[in-house]
Amino acid sequence: MAQWQGQLIKIDDYRWKIPESYKSGMRVPGLIYATKEMLESMREEQTPEQVANVAFLPGVVGHSLAMPDIHWGYGFPIGGVAAMDVKNGVISPGGVGYDINCGVRLLRTSLSEAEVRPRINELINALYRNVPSGLGSEGKIRVNQKEMNQLMVEGSRWAVKRGLGSEEDLNVTEEYGCLSGADPDKISDKAAKRGMPQAGTLGSGNHFLEIQVVKEIFDPHIASIMGVDEVGQILVLIHTGSRGFGHQVCTDHLRIMEGAVSKYGIKLPDRQLACAPIKSPEGQDYLAAMACAANYAWVNRQCIAHWVRESFSKVFRKSTEALGMNQIYDVAHNIAKIEEHIVDDRKLKVCVHRKGATRALPASHKDTPTCYKEVGQPVLVPGDMGRCSFIAVGTEKAMTETFGSTCHGAGRMLSRGAAKRSVKGQDVLQELESRGITVKAGNLSSLAEEASQAYKDVTEVIDVVHHAGISRKVAMAVPLGVIKG
Amino acid sequence: MYNRLRGMNKAFEVIDHTADVGIIAYGVDIEELFSNAALALFSLITELESIENKFHFDLEVRGGDIDSLLIEWLNELIYLFDVKHILFNHFYIINLTHNKLQAICYGEDFNTMKHTLKVEVKAATYHMLKIDKGDDGFRAKVILDI
Repeated sequence: MAQWQGQLIKIDDYRWKIPESYKSGMRVPGLIYATKEMLESMREEQTPEQVANVAFLPGVVGHSLAMPDIHWGYGFPIGGVAAMDVKNGVISPGGVGYDINCGVRLLRTSLSEAEVRPRINELINALYRNVPSGLGSEGKIRVNQKEMNQLMVEGSRWAVKRGLGSEEDLNVTEEYGCLSGADPDKISDKAAKRGMPQAGTLGSGNHFLEIQVVKEIFDPHIASIMGVDEVGQILVLIHTGSRGFGHQVCTDHLRIMEGAVSKYGIKLPDRQLACAPIKSPEGQDYLAAMACAANYAWVNRQCIAHWVRESFSKVFRKSTEALGMNQIYDVAHNIAKIEEHIVDDRKLKVCVHRKGATRALPASHKDTPTCYKEVGQPVLVPGDMGRCSFIAVGTEKAMTETFGSTCHGAGRMLSRGAAKRSVKGQDVLQELESRGITVKAGNLSSLAEEASQAYKDVTEVIDVVHHAGISRKVAMAVPLGVIKG
Repeated sequence: MYNRLRGMNKAFEVIDHTADVGIIAYGVDIEELFSNAALALFSLITELESIENKFHFDLEVRGGDIDSLLIEWLNELIYLFDVKHILFNHFYIINLTHNKLQAICYGEDFNTMKHTLKVEVKAATYHMLKIDKGDDGFRAKVILDI
């Protein structure tokens, strides 16, 4: 495919603007956070066109934003952020994505690399047995329709009430693990049927469970507030979402939105951007259904975190308290939320779509958890399994520029097919093992799809958001053991 | 055994897409196009040759137009696999209008001893969706979310 030839106006080394004049119909300009070098692959992939397309959506305010980990998605780019005025704007399921509330949860431990490395195989095997993962995985918690309805409304608390976690976990989960407005009546029978057997599972694809070692601390003060005290400390990262349930909710509501587009006379440059006015019945129904799927994903990560703690406890014969396995934070990567932001010097209620993007609230923000009020909300940015992951915090600048949002990960560079052609699963496994990373994967070919070569370097991604000022780097960790679904 | 060729060179191709995967299905007529798109879907999930024709399943799908009908059709099959764990390898399209499809799907239950799961296909999308009619028949391109 030809390179994208549109105009990108340089604002500074990390900000590039797509002017409204690029395409007739754009309501606001586009703004891409990237280095000059990153722009090349973005042009190659045509992603700026998607940033421009999002700027067509009714009610969009500020800019159609793109984070440095942006890559091509359905309608909206992955790594895209857009805020719509609640009064006259639209909500688009494509702006959230299929895997509603795909996200990450990070646990700390008081263990050191020296204690964990000799037992890594035992630990990985225990985790593999204890956390249902892989293609078509089904859960060890079985929920019936009534429980499913409760779970959709209560979110993480549903799991905590069943002994899978603690009140403290809720305090350090975005939205306390429960997005309000969830209404199970807006969930199709099909979605519920897909969701019930998969509750509490990791799934497959790019989802993973990773034991990490802290390699570098950039801001010791902020890190210590998170319980990240020293280099060599062990952390556990959980990355999963709403499984088949979220996909069915998205599919169901895209169908409804298709009708809404013609009903409300909305003109779109791409059918996958299907949307409805936020205030319309179609828009409200999607928000209520999306909240159900978001809550389901939080339950998922809550259950998995519990089984991770159980596994550690069993292997090290210590209680999770003695192992210091507190949760640092849990963030959503695919979500739309009604939030208040300052737009053109006035307070405005907007629906912020974050698709492959993370909320990044500054210190003292009302929704920043009490324990992080002084430093800002933690932002968790996983890289690919061969490299590293980052912990950052939100900043004031994110509030003024990006509706309190930042990047979410490395961002895919090679298609799954191209990754598989360039590298074999077995080789990926050996290369990782030679570097001291133990991997357990349900499927070797899925391992090749997730090879480092398939991803951008997350270090470059985090540097852009750090230098642009929309997040602040706190610490970096590298993998020691990985479970891939 | 599946009905993949009726004058066309190939039934389908699998194509790359950065985050996911795509299929291009061919058909001398629209019925064959839909049948081949479904075959392409199951070729991503498992080896088609490993699926036996043990029972059939009647399916009726509705859509707003032919594009959405194709997406609904594929999504219905994805749903049946995800929830009922059924693999299909043959599709008999009884009736297909611009907004309704009736089909009999042949296949068997997924069996871990017999079938290898290749990828978990989660949804058929409208992204870059295209159904064309050329001199030698129909062609449809669909991107699948995995």
